[in-house]
Amino acid sequence: MGVLVAELLAGLANAAALFLVASGLSLIFGVTRIVNFAHGSFYMLGAFIGYSAMQVLPGAIGFWAATLVAAVAVGLIGVIVEFLVLRQVYKAPELFQLVATFGVILVIQDLALLVWGPEDLLGPRAPGLKGVVHILGEPVPSYDLALIGITPFVLLVLWYLISRTRVGILVRAATQDREMVGALGVNQAWLFTGVFFLGSLLAGLGGALQLPKGGADLLMDFNILASVFVVVVIGGMGSIPGAFIAAVLISVLNVFGVKFIPQSTLVLMFIVMAVVLLIRPYGLLGREEAPGEHGQVGDPEQPISPLQSTGKLVVAGILVVLALFPIFDSPFLLVLMTDVIIVSLFAVSLHFMLSLGGLVSFGHAAFFGGGAYAAALLVHYVDTPMSLALLMAPLLAGFLALIIGWFCIRLTGVYFAMLTLAFAQLVWSVVFQWGEVTGGDDGIVNIWPAAWASSTTVYYYLTLVIGVGGIILMRHVAHSPFGYSVRASRDSILRAEATGINTKRIQWVTIAFAGAMAGLAGGLFVFSKGSVFPTELEIAKSFDALIMVFLGGVKTLSGPIVGASSLTIVQDFLSRFEYWRLALGLLIILIVILAPEGLVGSARKLGNRIGLGRSEGPGT
Amino acid sequence: MLTVEDINSYYGKAHILHDLSLSVAKGDVLALLGRNGAGKTTTLKSIMQLLPPETGKVQLKEQDITGTPTHRVSKLGLGYVPEERRIFTDLTIEENLEVGRQPERSGVPYWTREILFDLFPNLAERRSNLGKALSGGEQQMLTIARTLMGNPEVLLLDEPSEGIAPVIVEQMVLTIQRIKDEGVTILLSEQNLHFAKLVANRAIIIEGGLKRFDGTMEELNADPDIREAYLSV
Amino acid sequence: MTAILEVKNLSKSFGGIKAVQDVSFDLMEGELLALIGPNGAGKSTCFNMLMGQLPPNSGSILFDGKELVGLPTRKIWQYGVGRTFQITATYPTMTVIENVQTALLSFHQRSFNFFSRAKTSYLDEAAELLSLVGMADQADRPAAVLAYGDLKRLELAIALSNAPRLLLMDEPTAGMAPSERIELMALAGRIVEERGLSILFTEHDMDVVFAHSHRIMVLNRGELIASGSVEEIRANPRVQEVYLGGGSVFADEGAS
Repeated sequence: MGVLVAELLAGLANAAALFLVASGLSLIFGVTRIVNFAHGSFYMLGAFIGYSAMQVLPGAIGFWAATLVAAVAVGLIGVIVEFLVLRQVYKAPELFQLVATFGVILVIQDLALLVWGPEDLLGPRAPGLKGVVHILGEPVPSYDLALIGITPFVLLVLWYLISRTRVGILVRAATQDREMVGALGVNQAWLFTGVFFLGSLLAGLGGALQLPKGGADLLMDFNILASVFVVVVIGGMGSIPGAFIAAVLISVLNVFGVKFIPQSTLVLMFIVMAVVLLIRPYGLLGREEAPGEHGQVGDPEQPISPLQSTGKLVVAGILVVLALFPIFDSPFLLVLMTDVIIVSLFAVSLHFMLSLGGLVSFGHAAFFGGGAYAAALLVHYVDTPMSLALLMAPLLAGFLALIIGWFCIRLTGVYFAMLTLAFAQLVWSVVFQWGEVTGGDDGIVNIWPAAWASSTTVYYYLTLVIGVGGIILMRHVAHSPFGYSVRASRDSILRAEATGINTKRIQWVTIAFAGAMAGLAGGLFVFSKGSVFPTELEIAKSFDALIMVFLGGVKTLSGPIVGASSLTIVQDFLSRFEYWRLALGLLIILIVILAPEGLVGSARKLGNRIGLGRSEGPGT
Repeated sequence: MLTVEDINSYYGKAHILHDLSLSVAKGDVLALLGRNGAGKTTTLKSIMQLLPPETGKVQLKEQDITGTPTHRVSKLGLGYVPEERRIFTDLTIEENLEVGRQPERSGVPYWTREILFDLFPNLAERRSNLGKALSGGEQQMLTIARTLMGNPEVLLLDEPSEGIAPVIVEQMVLTIQRIKDEGVTILLSEQNLHFAKLVANRAIIIEGGLKRFDGTMEELNADPDIREAYLSV
Repeated sequence: MTAILEVKNLSKSFGGIKAVQDVSFDLMEGELLALIGPNGAGKSTCFNMLMGQLPPNSGSILFDGKELVGLPTRKIWQYGVGRTFQITATYPTMTVIENVQTALLSFHQRSFNFFSRAKTSYLDEAAELLSLVGMADQADRPAAVLAYGDLKRLELAIALSNAPRLLLMDEPTAGMAPSERIELMALAGRIVEERGLSILFTEHDMDVVFAHSHRIMVLNRGELIASGSVEEIRANPRVQEVYLGGGSVFADEGAS
């Protein structure tokens, strides 16, 4: 009994940081509709700044003062980010803003490295709370008890602020209709900044408060992100009490998981989430996101049509150039171009479901990595020949997509996106923790192409044929009756269902098809590198694909290819420098601000402006 | 009170308003008539600076407000009631009114919650209900009350009779007369000519973003050709 | 005349609030039937139940003798019921003709075909529907740039793509100018005559209702309070009290 109570208390204490970060994320999302990926980075900054402040400020008062200093400092950093980055892109399509916050993650990572160095920092203990209290005979750290008290207090303050004050009423109104709030005389820009301050402050507070328990390190940002998303989704986007309940649920479950089934701790959280969402699709306390309630900003997409003869000539020309690359006799160049083709295939597969299907996935790496692992496992365990493995990679990834899709199509919008991310993390944690089969962190190595394809040049041609073939197939499907149904289901579910289209099934098949194509890219990837590691399934990999699609231009068919090629080449170039993340992050932010329609979209707009366009402008 | 001089407004590349001018004198109720897509909503949004005009000028009491942020325009005395109502459905009636509340300004009709509950007794009965529990007619009343909480000198009403039952439209006529009697100047866009005749003393007809008629209601009544050409009733 | 649609004792409540109570009516072949009533009277709830978007708590809906209750929207469409929405629902990223082609592809059960070219499928049928509603000259424009009245006509063409025997139109003229309203309803009337289909529509513009409907039903607080000819409804004191008012905000009798 005593053990159980002690575990319960440990879980409640762990919930503190999770709740603080999640409530901040939820608050910011509610008002600005921005899913702030950089929220984990604010949490990390809270820990680092808190650490430094505690070195300067002595004693118990110093400890708590340093915690507050860290929280306020991070709040101010949030304001700076809002002011310099997000304020520039509020008019851009909502999802494009995500890419900006991803740039912020990269920038903060390198800045933290620059200031605090690469070493993990051991958090100082809280003065006066270093000991343990015995409850039912079990030792419970006094600091845990303090955390258990702080969390509901913060919840209460937030609840009062939001439901009882004028500012709270304005915030809730802005959550629903910002423009109307502005038309009623409220300066919404400052409201946004204020919300960003509060949300970031909460993340910083969470980071500083967990110092005595976990210290500070450079991986904190991504490590907490998946759990925070899970908490926000279980609790319901925008609901702070929901975030509290979910944070407690997940944290308590986690400590009991560690105690009783240690090999499945990471997986447990996602299973709970899947169950909750099956019963309550919008989370415990969330409300339904009416589709179209927050209209997409920007001009509507233009109708697409198959390439005419000029376009076909251009594509043929590019293919000829690609086919001629081996004459340069540079293995380095061929390896880079192999990467570019594989990544392009991956990006185009995401674009297919994201742009044509309107299904924004934050977890597309599950299918890329899924295909890669499928091929690698087949080769490693049953000596499957390369050609068969390359066939099985898309099939198995497509099958995985069918399973994940079955859950995800029940949701829409940002819930859908969050659920895909969580499932991707589920796949990652299975691979990561099931070391006996998957090799865990060590990955699977020695997966080389068949003898006939082992030279760099031959494998390059193989990739070219399969990769380009896959891309052309997706293009073809986009113009098929199925492609029309996919776009119809995205444009208007109401109209599609009222004209006999089974939109859910269309979306399900879309996910499976896009997943299979991502799996094909994963299969090609394994044999080009000779190995696969869990990193191919990580959040960062999914984000890479998102960035490529958005940078290239969501509303254009060639966008993902341009985005994938340019990002891969730029990354390859920048990664030679020590602080390449900083440079890449700044570059991404810059593109988001300067070319909000993506590279291809903005180029087309420019072309139209100087008179090259053929399109018809949108009407009233 | 409010003058619009030669404004040109665009949605993206589409040119919606062409050199449009109009003026509303203090105490006027001006009806902006024209068919759908004629540019009525765009005119109101351009005045409110929700869609700032590319060229031309909008003046409120001699002050140029072109390009001023919408929230500042609202504080200067322009109240805006959008066509789609856009009440905050997750807030109670009282909270909806609170969002619109602005401090009292001298020389301008001052509205409090109690005065408005007196004007809209239906809302008073349901003051703690959420916006989403209201019927269409009640939502229309709430959106007007919410804007009045900002103590506007000029009220912009976008199609107040659209999509509500004839009995409620009749109530709306009385409400608008009450607001006018309090000393608020009103510019409303409308497709229902019957309704416009009952509330407005002046009318403007626009078509394709161009002004086709500008005069008193009596003049419009006396000119069947104009009505036939642009309103087809 | 035979009834194409028989609605019996249809009821629906939302958390204790009775939105629609015990509504029964028949719709005859070739009839243009209007459903009017105050906002929140339950008109949209009725429509959504007819089209399978909302399951009724009790009651039955027979279309051509087949029970519709429990069927999903897309099945009801396959049976031959078309629908237009109060706020037009079309595909803005497609051209006008592609909008119709998509519906035709679905009608011919080809939504899951991965390999043929959609752009050249059912071109003639689509073009024919577009000329029926007078949109042939705009076939290749993106739907996103259409004027509102044209969108309404496009929606009508889409709704006709399954050769329906019943058309449900939810406020077909909302947001249109008076002249456009008359044009659209005249078009609907022509289609009813030429194709022998039936139309049930809701509407707030009394000028439109009085000028174009064969029969009118009035819904108030979820209950049908009256049903009859234009004259009967105009003269009904109960209808005047809950809905029509003194008649000052629509055209006088005989004026329209």
